[in-house]
Amino acid sequence: MSMNRSDNAKSVSVLEVEDLTIAYETRKGDVEAVRGASFQVREGQTVGLVGESGCGKTTIAFGIVNFLGPNGKIVDGSVRFQGKELVGQSEAELKTLRGDRIAMVYQDPMQALNPSVRLGEQLAEVLTYHQRISEDEACERSIQMLKRVNMPDPEDVMRRFPHQISGGQQQRVVIAMAMLNNPVLLIMDEPTTALDVTVEAAVLDLIEELKNDFQAANIFITHNLGVVARVSDQLCVMYAGQMVERGPVTEIFRNPRHPYTMGLLASVPRLGETKADSILHPIRGRVPPPAERPRNQCIFEPRCDYATEKCREARPRFMEVTPEHMARCIYAGEIETRPRTARRRPRRVEEGTLAHPESGKDVILSFEDLKVYYPQESNSVVSLFGLGEKRFVKAVDDVSVRLSKGRTLGVVGESGCGKSTLVKGIIGLEPVTDGNVEFLGIDVTQPVSERDTNLIQEMQMVFQNPDSTLNPSYSIGKQIARPIKRFKTVPKNQVKTEVIRLLKAVRLDAFYYDRLPRQLSGGEKQRVGIARALASRPDLIICDEPVSALDVSVQSAVINLLLEIQEIYGSSMIFIAHDLSVVRYFSDDIAVMYLGQIVELGPAEAIYSPPYHPYTEALLSAVPIPDPDAEQKQIRLSGNVPSALNPPSGCRFHTRCPRRQEMLPDSGKVCETVVPPWQEAKRHRILCHIPVEELEKVEPVVHTPA
Amino acid sequence: MAVSRDATASIGVETRTRHLRRIWEGVSIIFASKTAMIGLAIVLFWVIVAVFAPLLTPYTPLEQDWKAPNQGPSSAHILGTDELGRDLWSRLIYGARVVLVILPLSESFLLPGGTALWGVFAALLVGTTLGLVSGYYGGWLDEIVMRLLDAMMAVPIILLYLIIMSALGASAVNVVIAITIVGTPGIARLVRSLTLDIRTREYIRAAETRGESPWYIMFVEILPNARGPIIVDAMLRVGYAIFAMGTLGFLGLGLPPPSPDWGSMVAKGREFILAGSPWAALWPSVAIASLVVGLNLLADGLREESMRYQ
Repeated sequence: MSMNRSDNAKSVSVLEVEDLTIAYETRKGDVEAVRGASFQVREGQTVGLVGESGCGKTTIAFGIVNFLGPNGKIVDGSVRFQGKELVGQSEAELKTLRGDRIAMVYQDPMQALNPSVRLGEQLAEVLTYHQRISEDEACERSIQMLKRVNMPDPEDVMRRFPHQISGGQQQRVVIAMAMLNNPVLLIMDEPTTALDVTVEAAVLDLIEELKNDFQAANIFITHNLGVVARVSDQLCVMYAGQMVERGPVTEIFRNPRHPYTMGLLASVPRLGETKADSILHPIRGRVPPPAERPRNQCIFEPRCDYATEKCREARPRFMEVTPEHMARCIYAGEIETRPRTARRRPRRVEEGTLAHPESGKDVILSFEDLKVYYPQESNSVVSLFGLGEKRFVKAVDDVSVRLSKGRTLGVVGESGCGKSTLVKGIIGLEPVTDGNVEFLGIDVTQPVSERDTNLIQEMQMVFQNPDSTLNPSYSIGKQIARPIKRFKTVPKNQVKTEVIRLLKAVRLDAFYYDRLPRQLSGGEKQRVGIARALASRPDLIICDEPVSALDVSVQSAVINLLLEIQEIYGSSMIFIAHDLSVVRYFSDDIAVMYLGQIVELGPAEAIYSPPYHPYTEALLSAVPIPDPDAEQKQIRLSGNVPSALNPPSGCRFHTRCPRRQEMLPDSGKVCETVVPPWQEAKRHRILCHIPVEELEKVEPVVHTPA
Repeated sequence: MAVSRDATASIGVETRTRHLRRIWEGVSIIFASKTAMIGLAIVLFWVIVAVFAPLLTPYTPLEQDWKAPNQGPSSAHILGTDELGRDLWSRLIYGARVVLVILPLSESFLLPGGTALWGVFAALLVGTTLGLVSGYYGGWLDEIVMRLLDAMMAVPIILLYLIIMSALGASAVNVVIAITIVGTPGIARLVRSLTLDIRTREYIRAAETRGESPWYIMFVEILPNARGPIIVDAMLRVGYAIFAMGTLGFLGLGLPPPSPDWGSMVAKGREFILAGSPWAALWPSVAIASLVVGLNLLADGLREESMRYQ
């Protein structure tokens, strides 16, 4: 993968951006969103723009084609495209470029496609608008292009509407649309952020392929360091509207010179790292909003661990580390990269595993054959009268796990695999269709409204979205005080003291008591959400994607906080996430879910090394790893996740399984009809027909050079 | 972790000042919008003249002057007189009292708050509750409540008013009941749609995982977050209610005859327009129109300005 990274360094330069400064007009005057950004993109090269949200990545992309909206404007600098200056060009001139020689791919394919126009028409329009060709020819070429982006059955897709194809396929159509006119420059703005990890991997493969075939110059915008490490040749790190580091991607990952880049790399767990052997280093503070950015000093100084007086004196220039590698830090040549793995003090959790529950002494939560079905509403007349066959979405089907005290169970799987429904069933937000759930030895199959208050108190939840986890109408203090009052954990006159104690426990100052949610940043809101869950002093905390909506630097702080809380209070946790590196880092045990069922279950380290369930193997090979030197197997799943309304017979994974044909006799016919058995590996269990001995022969998915 | 008593106490004090500040923030939205300010000025004008009506005119609204019927504006009667020689200015501002300031429950017992305001308030209570319940519970309950309200909305409003008033008889309390019945479906629909959106938020999930009662969730967690649109809608509805009161009065179904009612003033005065004295019909029409326009401007301004801050 890293072979062709620099051999096209001598190719033609397509885009040169120099000292680009972009401002938005607001009521308080102009606010600079991007300041003095410079970079260059060559033919057949991918330049990655990374940084947290609000750092100006997208603004640069829009600035190139002057798509800034009525209140945005380029204040200074130049954008030269194929030697021609774009700044100051007329709207008509730019319009002929956009979609023809410069194409864009956006984050959400559903918003890039017109929902009421057939895909074929939308594709052909791109051609007929810019070129003089007949409609038939345009259709023919659109079909060719759909084939090129590995779209199954392209003629059929041409006749469909956007909502009739899956998200990954939509993004393929958008990419096909962008490539139709053979653009010289392709700008991709978080093209895979909205996709599942296996779909993302396939789309990234496609982008890589197209780059080699079409020799377009690419700009790839993302916040995900793993993704950028996979696709980019050159990397630009953005912080608060400024470019802080620029250079070849391998250089920057191996030898980051700006403290912000170092901080970003130190704050994400790599695949395989665990809480026992490494600490994540969050970057303190937050990205300053555009109006409050210091002008004549280093922009990162307030959050920098290495900052000195000198950093406040002037805005640093780009310092040359090597001729190609620049960093905007006056100490770029001097500071040392922090050693990555600092040992954490070992936790005192006993080796009770859920694959072998006999050894776990205190089981806090166990569920057996748990089923959560949703009745499917049908609009036919027959069902209106209660006749006809009732259909169910089998969101969770026959799931059994035991969780022992003080341990963390990670649940992973792609969207729609039932992991959220599973925890909703346990906590009583969704009615359990069938099965046993026992919490602290008490049956909890009934909905939360019928449970005993003492029981409710022991199981609390941390939610995903920081913007909706807090009620915007009440102050932080009131919202944390509510569970305290409700469960009477402390006498009435001590409630306020208790709230402040909890705020301190989640590293927030007492003055947050009176703040309203809208005055807090995403990470702070998430901390309040954690404090609220802690207020009832629960034995079990369920975290439903608690960090996936946060920026990476904040994400690690929240993970550290949750770990600390677990150490202090000894709470058990269920941790749901789609990021496999985070789950591995955080969890003791892991359950891998596919289409409503657990397919692999056991201690984290056992799940992440062979023998793998074929699905786990595919998931792991799709994880973007923030290390361009890491070697990773490429196993891509074909097709889409089948509908949970009518799951495949036999093994649910058989329709997409990449292993059964080579590893089973009769090319795995048995998987299509017979439900696979639970097989015991050394330390964990796998739901598969393929014998464990066979699975054990599989190579590890990731190989990181030492 | 010990927190000093002083620190804790000072936080409580801050809460109170914060409360005041939040109210002030709400009020300052009105001042930020020109439209809302004009609307507020018109509405305040009518509220003030209604409150201070006895001080603003030497006549009572029922006092008849046989010598001067159907007169135009003069120094004795600034807006002129009606066919019985009653002073139009005093009838107008006493009429405003019934709309905006007092609710005559009976001859001797008056309730503060105008008929239109009470009607809208009652409609808000009923409509909000119905909207919250059907939006939060959903399912069959929602289906039944909403279809019933749809059926009510299918009847033309004027017809509905006529049916209710002719069944109940003309009195201020019955006007309140009529306004309530007519206003409820619209408010319920609005609150239901807001509830459908808000109930999907994670703070509602959090409340549910705490085992809070449905009533707590509806009125404490959901309702405060729907208040913005509800307030704007309520202002518009006060306008409609005033309009409806005028209509009912005009048709003879409003307040019983001798009392100064804008609608019945127009109805009586209309006969004399062609006879050369349009004043008795003109002033109450202007009053109704200006008050309705004022409330609309206020509501529009508030909506625009609060949207801008989101």
